Amino acid sequence: MLRRAVYVIGALPAAWVFYRGFTDQLGADPVRSLEKTLGIWGLRFLVAGLAITPLRRLGGPNLVRYRRAVGLLAFFYASLHLYAYLWFDQGLDFAAIGKDILKRPYVTVGFAAFLILVPLAITSNTAMIKRIGGPAWQRLHKWVYLACALAATHFIMLVKSWPAEPLIYAGLVAALLAFRLVVYLQKRGGRARRAA
Amino acid sequence: MLIGKSRDVRPSEITPRDAYLHRRGLLAGIGAVGLGALAGGADATAATLIAAKSALSTTEPMTLLKDVTSYNNYYEFGTDKGDPASNASTLKTAPWSVVIDGMVAKPATLTLEDMLKPVSLEERIYRMRCVEGWSMVIPWDGFPLADLLKRVEPLGSAKFVAFETVVRPAEMSGQRGVFQPLPWPYREGLRLDEAMHPLTIIATGLYGEPLPNQNGAPLRLVVPWKYGFKGIKSIVRISLVDKMPETSWQQQNKSEYGFYSNVNPAVDHPRWSQATERRIGEGGLSAKRRPTLPYNGYGEQVASLYAGMDLKANF
Repeated sequence: MLRRAVYVIGALPAAWVFYRGFTDQLGADPVRSLEKTLGIWGLRFLVAGLAITPLRRLGGPNLVRYRRAVGLLAFFYASLHLYAYLWFDQGLDFAAIGKDILKRPYVTVGFAAFLILVPLAITSNTAMIKRIGGPAWQRLHKWVYLACALAATHFIMLVKSWPAEPLIYAGLVAALLAFRLVVYLQKRGGRARRAA
Repeated sequence: MLIGKSRDVRPSEITPRDAYLHRRGLLAGIGAVGLGALAGGADATAATLIAAKSALSTTEPMTLLKDVTSYNNYYEFGTDKGDPASNASTLKTAPWSVVIDGMVAKPATLTLEDMLKPVSLEERIYRMRCVEGWSMVIPWDGFPLADLLKRVEPLGSAKFVAFETVVRPAEMSGQRGVFQPLPWPYREGLRLDEAMHPLTIIATGLYGEPLPNQNGAPLRLVVPWKYGFKGIKSIVRISLVDKMPETSWQQQNKSEYGFYSNVNPAVDHPRWSQATERRIGEGGLSAKRRPTLPYNGYGEQVASLYAGMDLKANF
Protein backbone atom coordinates (compact mmCIF):
# COMPACT_ATOMS: atom_id res chain seq x y z
CA MET A 1 0.00 0.00 0.00
CA LEU A 2 2.71 2.46 1.04
CA ARG A 3 4.76 1.27 -1.89
CA ARG A 4 1.92 2.11 -4.24
CA ALA A 5 1.75 5.56 -2.67
CA VAL A 6 5.44 6.07 -3.52
CA TYR A 7 4.68 5.44 -7.20
CA VAL A 8 1.72 7.81 -7.18
CA ILE A 9 3.49 10.60 -5.30
CA GLY A 10 6.62 10.09 -7.37
CA ALA A 11 4.67 10.58 -10.59
CA LEU A 12 3.13 13.88 -9.43
CA PRO A 13 6.02 16.14 -10.54
CA ALA A 14 5.70 14.70 -14.05
CA ALA A 15 1.96 15.31 -14.12
CA TRP A 16 2.52 18.84 -12.83
CA VAL A 17 5.21 19.78 -15.35
CA PHE A 18 3.21 18.41 -18.30
CA TYR A 19 0.09 20.21 -17.06
CA ARG A 20 2.02 23.49 -16.87
CA GLY A 21 3.62 22.77 -20.25
CA PHE A 22 0.32 22.26 -22.04
CA THR A 23 -1.25 25.29 -20.35
CA ASP A 24 1.70 27.51 -21.32
CA GLN A 25 3.00 28.12 -17.81
CA LEU A 26 6.59 26.97 -18.29
CA GLY A 27 8.07 30.39 -19.01
CA ALA A 28 9.86 31.74 -22.03
CA ASP A 29 11.43 28.47 -23.21
CA PRO A 30 8.95 25.75 -22.23
CA VAL A 31 10.78 22.97 -24.08
CA ARG A 32 14.00 23.59 -22.20
CA SER A 33 12.11 23.89 -18.93
CA LEU A 34 10.30 20.57 -19.54
CA GLU A 35 13.55 18.78 -20.43
CA LYS A 36 15.37 20.17 -17.43
CA THR A 37 12.59 19.46 -14.93
CA LEU A 38 12.23 15.85 -16.08
CA GLY A 39 16.00 15.32 -16.12
CA ILE A 40 16.45 16.74 -12.64
CA TRP A 41 13.68 14.54 -11.23
CA GLY A 42 15.37 11.53 -12.81
CA LEU A 43 18.62 12.52 -11.14
CA ARG A 44 16.85 13.08 -7.81
CA PHE A 45 15.39 9.58 -7.84
CA LEU A 46 18.76 8.11 -8.83
CA VAL A 47 20.36 9.91 -5.87
CA ALA A 48 17.52 8.81 -3.57
CA GLY A 49 18.01 5.19 -4.67
CA LEU A 50 21.75 5.43 -4.01
CA ALA A 51 21.11 6.92 -0.57
CA ILE A 52 18.97 4.07 0.76
CA THR A 53 21.78 1.70 1.76
CA PRO A 54 24.09 4.35 3.30
CA LEU A 55 21.11 5.71 5.24
CA ARG A 56 20.44 2.28 6.76
CA ARG A 57 24.13 1.57 7.46
CA LEU A 58 24.57 4.92 9.15
CA GLY A 59 21.71 4.20 11.54
CA GLY A 60 18.85 5.78 9.63
CA PRO A 61 15.55 4.13 8.72
CA ASN A 62 15.54 1.08 6.50
CA LEU A 63 13.78 2.11 3.32
CA VAL A 64 15.00 -0.77 1.22
CA ARG A 65 11.49 -1.99 0.45
CA TYR A 66 10.87 1.27 -1.46
CA ARG A 67 14.04 1.01 -3.52
CA ARG A 68 12.42 -0.71 -6.47
CA ALA A 69 9.79 2.05 -6.67
CA VAL A 70 12.47 4.74 -6.43
CA GLY A 71 14.57 3.06 -9.12
CA LEU A 72 11.63 2.62 -11.48
CA LEU A 73 10.65 6.25 -10.94
CA ALA A 74 14.20 7.27 -11.88
CA PHE A 75 13.79 5.26 -15.10
CA PHE A 76 10.34 6.78 -15.67
CA TYR A 77 11.79 10.30 -15.49
CA ALA A 78 14.86 9.40 -17.55
CA SER A 79 12.52 8.04 -20.26
CA LEU A 80 10.31 11.14 -20.24
CA HIS A 81 13.45 13.31 -20.31
CA LEU A 82 14.66 11.40 -23.38
CA TYR A 83 11.25 11.62 -25.08
CA ALA A 84 11.12 15.36 -24.37
CA TYR A 85 14.50 15.73 -26.07
CA LEU A 86 13.56 13.51 -29.05
CA TRP A 87 10.09 14.88 -29.59
CA PHE A 88 9.73 18.42 -28.23
CA ASP A 89 13.33 19.60 -28.56
CA GLN A 90 14.49 17.89 -31.75
CA GLY A 91 11.08 17.41 -33.36
CA LEU A 92 11.92 13.74 -34.09
CA ASP A 93 14.56 14.84 -36.61
CA PHE A 94 16.44 11.55 -36.38
CA ALA A 95 19.29 12.70 -38.62
CA ALA A 96 20.04 15.55 -36.19
CA ILE A 97 19.46 13.28 -33.18
CA GLY A 98 21.86 10.63 -34.51
CA LYS A 99 24.52 13.27 -35.08
CA ASP A 100 23.93 14.68 -31.59
CA ILE A 101 24.35 11.27 -29.95
CA LEU A 102 27.59 10.56 -31.81
CA LYS A 103 29.11 14.05 -31.85
CA ARG A 104 27.99 15.70 -28.61
CA PRO A 105 29.66 14.16 -25.60
CA TYR A 106 26.96 15.43 -23.25
CA VAL A 107 24.28 13.70 -25.35
CA THR A 108 26.44 10.57 -25.67
CA VAL A 109 26.96 10.43 -21.92
CA GLY A 110 23.27 11.04 -21.14
CA PHE A 111 22.16 8.46 -23.68
CA ALA A 112 24.63 5.91 -22.27
CA ALA A 113 23.20 6.47 -18.79
CA PHE A 114 19.73 5.82 -20.17
CA LEU A 115 20.81 2.64 -21.96
CA ILE A 116 22.28 1.27 -18.72
CA LEU A 117 18.99 1.91 -16.94
CA VAL A 118 16.96 -0.08 -19.50
CA PRO A 119 18.01 -3.62 -18.42
CA LEU A 120 17.87 -2.54 -14.78
CA ALA A 121 14.27 -1.40 -15.19
CA ILE A 122 13.29 -4.55 -17.11
CA THR A 123 14.68 -6.74 -14.32
CA SER A 124 13.13 -4.74 -11.49
CA ASN A 125 10.42 -7.27 -10.65
CA THR A 126 10.25 -10.37 -8.52
CA ALA A 127 9.88 -12.79 -11.43
CA MET A 128 13.11 -11.53 -13.03
CA ILE A 129 15.02 -11.67 -9.73
CA LYS A 130 13.98 -15.33 -9.37
CA ARG A 131 14.87 -16.10 -12.96
CA ILE A 132 18.31 -14.46 -12.85
CA GLY A 133 19.14 -15.49 -9.29
CA GLY A 134 19.98 -13.13 -6.42
CA PRO A 135 23.79 -12.78 -6.73
CA ALA A 136 23.75 -12.33 -10.53
CA TRP A 137 20.88 -9.85 -10.20
CA GLN A 138 22.84 -7.86 -7.64
CA ARG A 139 25.91 -7.79 -9.86
CA LEU A 140 23.77 -6.54 -12.75
CA HIS A 141 22.24 -3.80 -10.65
CA LYS A 142 25.64 -2.46 -9.57
CA TRP A 143 25.66 -0.87 -13.04
CA VAL A 144 23.43 1.81 -11.56
CA TYR A 145 26.59 3.31 -10.03
CA LEU A 146 27.93 4.01 -13.51
CA ALA A 147 24.55 5.31 -14.68
CA CYS A 148 24.46 7.78 -11.77
CA ALA A 149 27.99 8.99 -12.45
CA LEU A 150 27.15 9.46 -16.14
CA ALA A 151 23.89 11.27 -15.39
CA ALA A 152 25.61 13.72 -13.04
CA THR A 153 28.38 14.28 -15.63
CA HIS A 154 25.76 14.82 -18.33
CA PHE A 155 24.26 17.68 -16.27
CA ILE A 156 27.64 19.38 -15.75
CA MET A 157 28.51 19.04 -19.43
CA LEU A 158 25.47 20.82 -20.78
CA VAL A 159 25.76 24.05 -18.79
CA LYS A 160 28.04 26.99 -19.38
CA SER A 161 30.55 27.85 -16.66
CA TRP A 162 30.16 26.16 -13.23
CA PRO A 163 26.74 26.92 -11.79
CA ALA A 164 26.03 25.42 -8.37
CA GLU A 165 23.14 23.07 -9.13
CA PRO A 166 24.87 20.44 -11.27
CA LEU A 167 27.89 20.54 -8.97
CA ILE A 168 25.69 19.81 -5.96
CA TYR A 169 24.19 16.75 -7.66
CA ALA A 170 27.63 15.59 -8.76
CA GLY A 171 28.85 16.03 -5.17
CA LEU A 172 25.96 13.94 -3.80
CA VAL A 173 26.56 11.16 -6.32
CA ALA A 174 30.31 11.23 -5.63
CA ALA A 175 29.74 11.02 -1.85
CA LEU A 176 27.26 8.14 -2.18
CA LEU A 177 29.60 6.23 -4.50
CA ALA A 178 32.56 6.94 -2.21
CA PHE A 179 30.56 5.31 0.61
CA ARG A 180 30.45 2.08 -1.47
CA LEU A 181 34.15 2.30 -2.19
CA VAL A 182 34.99 2.69 1.50
CA VAL A 183 32.77 -0.28 2.43
CA TYR A 184 34.36 -2.35 -0.32
CA LEU A 185 37.92 -1.46 0.76
CA GLN A 186 37.12 -2.23 4.40
CA LYS A 187 35.73 -5.63 3.44
CA ARG A 188 38.74 -6.40 1.30
CA GLY A 189 41.06 -5.19 4.06
CA GLY A 190 39.22 -7.48 6.50
CA ARG A 191 39.62 -10.45 4.18
CA ALA A 192 43.31 -9.70 3.65
CA ARG A 193 43.95 -9.54 7.41
CA ARG A 194 42.11 -12.82 7.94
CA ALA A 195 44.17 -14.42 5.18
CA ALA A 196 47.45 -13.21 6.71
CA MET B 1 13.68 58.80 -4.82
CA LEU B 2 10.94 60.58 -6.76
CA ILE B 3 7.51 59.10 -6.33
CA GLY B 4 6.82 59.85 -9.97
CA LYS B 5 9.63 57.54 -11.00
CA SER B 6 8.27 54.50 -9.22
CA ARG B 7 7.56 51.79 -11.73
CA ASP B 8 6.12 48.87 -9.85
CA VAL B 9 3.81 48.59 -12.82
CA ARG B 10 5.25 49.61 -16.15
CA PRO B 11 2.94 51.13 -18.74
CA SER B 12 4.19 48.48 -21.12
CA GLU B 13 2.91 45.76 -18.84
CA ILE B 14 -0.58 47.16 -19.18
CA THR B 15 -0.42 48.00 -22.86
CA PRO B 16 -1.19 45.03 -25.07
CA ARG B 17 1.54 44.47 -27.62
CA ASP B 18 -0.77 45.11 -30.56
CA ALA B 19 -1.75 48.45 -29.09
CA TYR B 20 1.93 49.25 -28.55
CA LEU B 21 2.72 48.36 -32.15
CA HIS B 22 -0.11 50.47 -33.48
CA ARG B 23 0.14 53.30 -30.98
CA ARG B 24 0.72 55.96 -33.59
CA GLY B 25 -2.30 54.76 -35.54
CA LEU B 26 -4.38 54.77 -32.37
CA LEU B 27 -3.36 58.31 -31.51
CA ALA B 28 -3.90 59.50 -35.06
CA GLY B 29 -7.33 57.90 -35.13
CA ILE B 30 -8.31 59.48 -31.84
CA GLY B 31 -7.13 62.87 -33.07
CA ALA B 32 -9.00 62.50 -36.34
CA VAL B 33 -12.37 62.07 -34.70
CA GLY B 34 -11.74 65.13 -32.60
CA LEU B 35 -11.42 63.38 -29.25
CA GLY B 36 -8.15 65.11 -28.55
CA ALA B 37 -8.92 65.18 -24.84
CA LEU B 38 -8.65 61.42 -24.76
CA ALA B 39 -5.23 61.48 -26.38
CA GLY B 40 -3.63 62.48 -23.10
CA GLY B 41 -5.05 59.36 -21.51
CA ALA B 42 -3.94 57.16 -24.34
CA ASP B 43 -0.51 58.75 -24.31
CA ALA B 44 -0.03 57.79 -20.68
CA THR B 45 -0.09 54.14 -21.65
CA ALA B 46 2.25 54.56 -24.62
CA ALA B 47 6.03 54.34 -24.56
CA THR B 48 7.93 56.92 -22.53
CA LEU B 49 11.10 57.04 -24.63
CA ILE B 50 11.05 58.93 -27.88
CA ALA B 51 12.93 56.89 -30.43
CA ALA B 52 12.95 57.22 -34.20
CA LYS B 53 12.26 54.22 -36.40
CA SER B 54 15.23 52.74 -38.21
CA ALA B 55 15.64 51.06 -41.58
CA LEU B 56 18.00 48.63 -39.83
CA SER B 57 15.10 47.10 -37.88
CA THR B 58 13.71 43.70 -38.74
CA THR B 59 9.99 43.30 -39.41
CA GLU B 60 9.85 39.88 -37.75
CA PRO B 61 7.34 39.47 -34.89
CA MET B 62 8.81 40.74 -31.63
CA THR B 63 9.31 38.56 -28.57
CA LEU B 64 6.85 39.41 -25.79
CA LEU B 65 8.09 41.93 -23.23
CA LYS B 66 7.44 39.44 -20.42
CA ASP B 67 9.76 36.91 -22.06
CA VAL B 68 12.46 39.50 -22.85
CA THR B 69 12.44 40.60 -19.21
CA SER B 70 12.06 37.23 -17.45
CA TYR B 71 14.44 34.97 -19.39
CA ASN B 72 17.91 36.43 -19.06
CA ASN B 73 21.53 35.50 -18.77
CA TYR B 74 23.12 38.02 -16.43
CA TYR B 75 25.42 35.99 -14.17
CA GLU B 76 26.06 38.91 -11.84
CA PHE B 77 22.56 38.13 -10.54
CA GLY B 78 22.69 34.33 -10.69
CA THR B 79 23.04 31.63 -13.32
CA ASP B 80 19.38 30.63 -13.61
CA LYS B 81 17.42 32.34 -16.41
CA GLY B 82 14.90 33.66 -13.87
CA ASP B 83 17.52 34.93 -11.39
CA PRO B 84 18.15 38.35 -13.01
CA ALA B 85 14.44 39.24 -12.99
CA SER B 86 14.21 38.20 -9.31
CA ASN B 87 17.47 39.72 -8.08
CA ALA B 88 18.45 42.67 -10.26
CA SER B 89 16.25 45.27 -8.59
CA THR B 90 18.97 45.76 -5.94
CA LEU B 91 21.32 47.41 -8.44
CA LYS B 92 21.29 51.21 -8.16
CA THR B 93 21.47 52.57 -11.69
CA ALA B 94 21.31 56.28 -10.83
CA PRO B 95 23.59 58.14 -10.65
CA TRP B 96 25.62 56.33 -13.30
CA SER B 97 28.80 57.29 -15.08
CA VAL B 98 31.06 55.66 -17.62
CA VAL B 99 34.82 56.12 -17.87
CA ILE B 100 36.04 56.33 -21.45
CA ASP B 101 39.82 56.12 -21.59
CA GLY B 102 42.82 54.61 -23.32
CA MET B 103 43.91 55.65 -26.78
CA VAL B 104 41.60 58.62 -27.23
CA ALA B 105 42.32 62.32 -27.68
CA LYS B 106 39.60 63.31 -25.21
CA PRO B 107 39.25 60.83 -22.37
CA ALA B 108 36.13 61.51 -20.34
CA THR B 109 33.97 60.37 -17.47
CA LEU B 110 30.43 60.81 -18.70
CA THR B 111 27.26 60.60 -16.69
CA LEU B 112 24.42 58.84 -18.41
CA GLU B 113 22.76 62.22 -18.96
CA ASP B 114 25.95 63.67 -20.54
CA MET B 115 26.12 60.69 -22.80
CA LEU B 116 22.52 60.96 -23.97
CA LYS B 117 22.42 64.74 -24.44
CA PRO B 118 23.96 64.95 -27.95
CA VAL B 119 22.40 61.76 -29.34
CA SER B 120 18.91 61.00 -30.55
CA LEU B 121 17.51 57.60 -29.67
CA GLU B 122 16.52 55.17 -32.38
CA GLU B 123 14.38 52.08 -32.13
CA ARG B 124 16.35 49.10 -33.43
CA ILE B 125 14.40 45.87 -33.67
CA TYR B 126 17.09 43.20 -33.77
CA ARG B 127 17.30 39.45 -33.68
CA MET B 128 19.24 38.23 -30.63
CA ARG B 129 20.83 34.78 -30.83
CA CYS B 130 22.10 33.24 -27.59
CA VAL B 131 25.09 30.91 -27.72
CA GLU B 132 22.84 28.37 -25.95
CA GLY B 133 20.67 27.90 -29.05
CA TRP B 134 17.67 30.16 -28.49
CA SER B 135 16.75 33.51 -29.98
CA MET B 136 14.49 36.52 -29.54
CA VAL B 137 13.47 39.62 -31.51
CA ILE B 138 13.89 42.69 -29.32
CA PRO B 139 12.95 46.34 -29.93
CA TRP B 140 15.91 48.16 -28.40
CA ASP B 141 16.08 51.93 -27.94
CA GLY B 142 19.60 53.26 -28.27
CA PHE B 143 22.18 55.04 -30.35
CA PRO B 144 25.16 53.95 -32.46
CA LEU B 145 28.26 53.24 -30.38
CA ALA B 146 30.16 55.07 -33.15
CA ASP B 147 28.52 58.37 -32.10
CA LEU B 148 29.93 57.99 -28.60
CA LEU B 149 33.38 56.89 -29.75
CA LYS B 150 33.70 59.81 -32.19
CA ARG B 151 33.10 62.20 -29.31
CA VAL B 152 36.26 61.02 -27.52
CA GLU B 153 38.30 60.92 -30.76
CA PRO B 154 40.07 57.54 -30.96
CA LEU B 155 43.79 57.82 -31.79
CA GLY B 156 45.22 56.11 -34.85
CA SER B 157 46.88 53.56 -32.57
CA ALA B 158 43.53 52.34 -31.18
CA LYS B 159 42.57 49.01 -32.72
CA PHE B 160 40.14 47.49 -30.22
CA VAL B 161 37.48 48.58 -27.72
CA ALA B 162 37.35 46.92 -24.29
CA PHE B 163 34.24 47.11 -22.09
CA GLU B 164 33.67 46.42 -18.39
CA THR B 165 30.53 45.84 -16.34
CA VAL B 166 30.11 47.33 -12.88
CA VAL B 167 31.34 45.27 -9.89
CA ARG B 168 29.14 45.74 -6.82
CA PRO B 169 28.86 42.56 -4.78
CA ALA B 170 26.62 44.37 -2.29
CA GLU B 171 24.09 45.02 -5.03
CA MET B 172 24.73 42.03 -7.30
CA SER B 173 23.95 38.72 -5.64
CA GLY B 174 25.81 36.63 -8.21
CA GLN B 175 29.08 38.40 -7.34
CA ARG B 176 28.87 37.07 -3.77
CA GLY B 177 29.25 33.60 -2.37
CA VAL B 178 31.24 30.45 -2.97
CA PHE B 179 30.30 29.73 -6.57
CA GLN B 180 31.57 32.51 -8.80
CA PRO B 181 30.73 31.44 -12.33
CA LEU B 182 32.89 34.07 -14.07
CA PRO B 183 35.83 36.32 -13.26
CA TRP B 184 34.57 39.85 -12.52
CA PRO B 185 34.34 42.44 -13.84
CA TYR B 186 32.56 40.98 -16.84
CA ARG B 187 34.71 42.00 -19.80
CA GLU B 188 33.91 42.14 -23.48
CA GLY B 189 35.63 43.53 -26.53
CA LEU B 190 35.21 44.47 -30.16
CA ARG B 191 37.55 45.31 -32.96
CA LEU B 192 37.36 49.07 -33.62
CA ASP B 193 35.68 48.59 -37.02
CA GLU B 194 33.07 46.32 -35.41
CA ALA B 195 32.48 48.93 -32.74
CA MET B 196 32.07 51.68 -35.34
CA HIS B 197 29.66 49.64 -37.48
CA PRO B 198 26.22 51.27 -37.77
CA LEU B 199 24.49 48.09 -36.48
CA THR B 200 26.42 48.27 -33.20
CA ILE B 201 24.47 50.24 -30.61
CA ILE B 202 24.44 51.24 -26.98
CA ALA B 203 20.90 50.47 -25.80
CA THR B 204 19.32 52.38 -22.94
CA GLY B 205 15.80 51.10 -23.41
CA LEU B 206 13.60 48.37 -24.80
CA TYR B 207 9.96 48.40 -25.85
CA GLY B 208 10.05 52.18 -25.48
CA GLU B 209 10.92 52.09 -21.76
CA PRO B 210 14.21 52.58 -19.93
CA LEU B 211 16.09 49.26 -19.74
CA PRO B 212 14.94 47.02 -16.91
CA ASN B 213 17.83 46.11 -14.60
CA GLN B 214 17.79 42.46 -15.68
CA ASN B 215 18.42 43.55 -19.26
CA GLY B 216 21.51 45.57 -18.39
CA ALA B 217 20.36 48.96 -17.12
CA PRO B 218 21.21 51.70 -17.50
CA LEU B 219 23.20 51.02 -20.66
CA ARG B 220 24.39 47.97 -22.53
CA LEU B 221 26.00 46.96 -25.77
CA VAL B 222 23.99 45.31 -28.58
CA VAL B 223 25.86 43.68 -31.48
CA PRO B 224 23.18 41.75 -33.33
CA TRP B 225 25.41 39.56 -35.51
CA LYS B 226 27.28 38.13 -32.50
CA TYR B 227 26.14 35.74 -29.80
CA GLY B 228 24.22 37.45 -27.01
CA PHE B 229 26.98 37.25 -24.40
CA LYS B 230 28.95 39.86 -26.39
CA GLY B 231 26.24 42.35 -25.41
CA ILE B 232 27.87 43.46 -22.17
CA LYS B 233 25.47 44.96 -19.62
CA SER B 234 25.60 47.82 -17.09
CA ILE B 235 28.77 49.26 -18.63
CA VAL B 236 31.06 51.43 -16.47
CA ARG B 237 34.20 51.50 -18.58
CA ILE B 238 35.05 51.69 -22.26
CA SER B 239 38.75 51.64 -23.16
CA LEU B 240 40.33 52.03 -26.57
CA VAL B 241 43.37 49.78 -26.79
CA ASP B 242 45.87 48.51 -29.34
CA LYS B 243 45.80 44.82 -28.37
CA MET B 244 42.91 42.38 -28.55
CA PRO B 245 41.40 42.45 -25.04
CA GLU B 246 40.62 39.19 -23.28
CA THR B 247 36.94 38.64 -22.52
CA SER B 248 35.42 37.03 -19.41
CA TRP B 249 34.18 34.01 -21.33
CA GLN B 250 37.65 33.53 -22.83
CA GLN B 251 39.14 33.70 -19.35
CA GLN B 252 36.57 31.15 -18.21
CA ASN B 253 37.11 28.74 -21.11
CA LYS B 254 39.37 29.70 -23.98
CA SER B 255 38.68 26.63 -26.08
CA GLU B 256 34.90 27.23 -26.08
CA TYR B 257 34.55 30.99 -26.41
CA GLY B 258 36.46 33.09 -28.92
CA PHE B 259 36.94 36.83 -29.21
CA TYR B 260 34.76 37.24 -32.31
CA SER B 261 31.82 34.98 -31.38
CA ASN B 262 29.99 35.79 -34.59
CA VAL B 263 26.80 33.78 -34.99
CA ASN B 264 27.79 30.95 -37.31
CA PRO B 265 25.73 27.79 -37.91
CA ALA B 266 28.77 26.14 -39.50
CA VAL B 267 30.99 26.47 -36.42
CA ASP B 268 29.60 24.49 -33.51
CA HIS B 269 30.15 25.20 -29.87
CA PRO B 270 32.51 22.40 -28.81
CA ARG B 271 29.72 20.82 -26.78
CA TRP B 272 26.60 21.54 -28.84
CA SER B 273 25.46 22.31 -32.37
CA GLN B 274 24.84 25.89 -33.50
CA ALA B 275 22.99 24.84 -36.67
CA THR B 276 19.50 25.59 -35.34
CA GLU B 277 17.80 27.71 -32.71
CA ARG B 278 14.49 27.92 -30.90
CA ARG B 279 12.73 31.28 -31.19
CA ILE B 280 11.39 32.17 -27.74
CA GLY B 281 7.61 32.47 -27.60
CA GLU B 282 7.08 30.65 -30.86
CA GLY B 283 4.69 27.75 -30.48
CA GLY B 284 5.09 26.75 -26.82
CA LEU B 285 5.89 23.06 -26.36
CA SER B 286 5.47 22.35 -30.07
CA ALA B 287 7.94 25.08 -31.11
CA LYS B 288 10.02 23.98 -34.08
CA ARG B 289 13.71 24.75 -34.28
CA ARG B 290 14.63 27.12 -37.08
CA PRO B 291 17.91 27.19 -38.98
CA THR B 292 20.46 29.66 -37.61
CA LEU B 293 21.68 32.16 -40.19
CA PRO B 294 25.34 33.17 -40.71
CA TYR B 295 25.98 36.42 -38.82
CA ASN B 296 22.46 35.99 -37.42
CA GLY B 297 21.07 37.17 -40.76
CA TYR B 298 23.17 40.36 -40.86
CA GLY B 299 25.76 38.97 -43.30
CA GLU B 300 24.95 41.48 -46.01
CA GLN B 301 25.97 44.31 -43.70
CA VAL B 302 28.89 42.75 -41.81
CA ALA B 303 30.42 39.81 -43.72
CA SER B 304 32.89 42.20 -45.39
CA LEU B 305 34.42 42.95 -41.97
CA TYR B 306 35.75 39.40 -41.94
CA ALA B 307 36.76 39.01 -45.61
CA GLY B 308 39.62 36.55 -45.95
CA MET B 309 39.51 35.45 -42.31
CA ASP B 310 39.31 31.79 -41.35
CA LEU B 311 36.06 31.80 -39.34
CA LYS B 312 36.73 28.35 -37.88
CA ALA B 313 40.01 29.56 -36.36
CA ASN B 314 38.60 33.00 -35.44
CA PHE B 315 35.41 31.77 -33.77
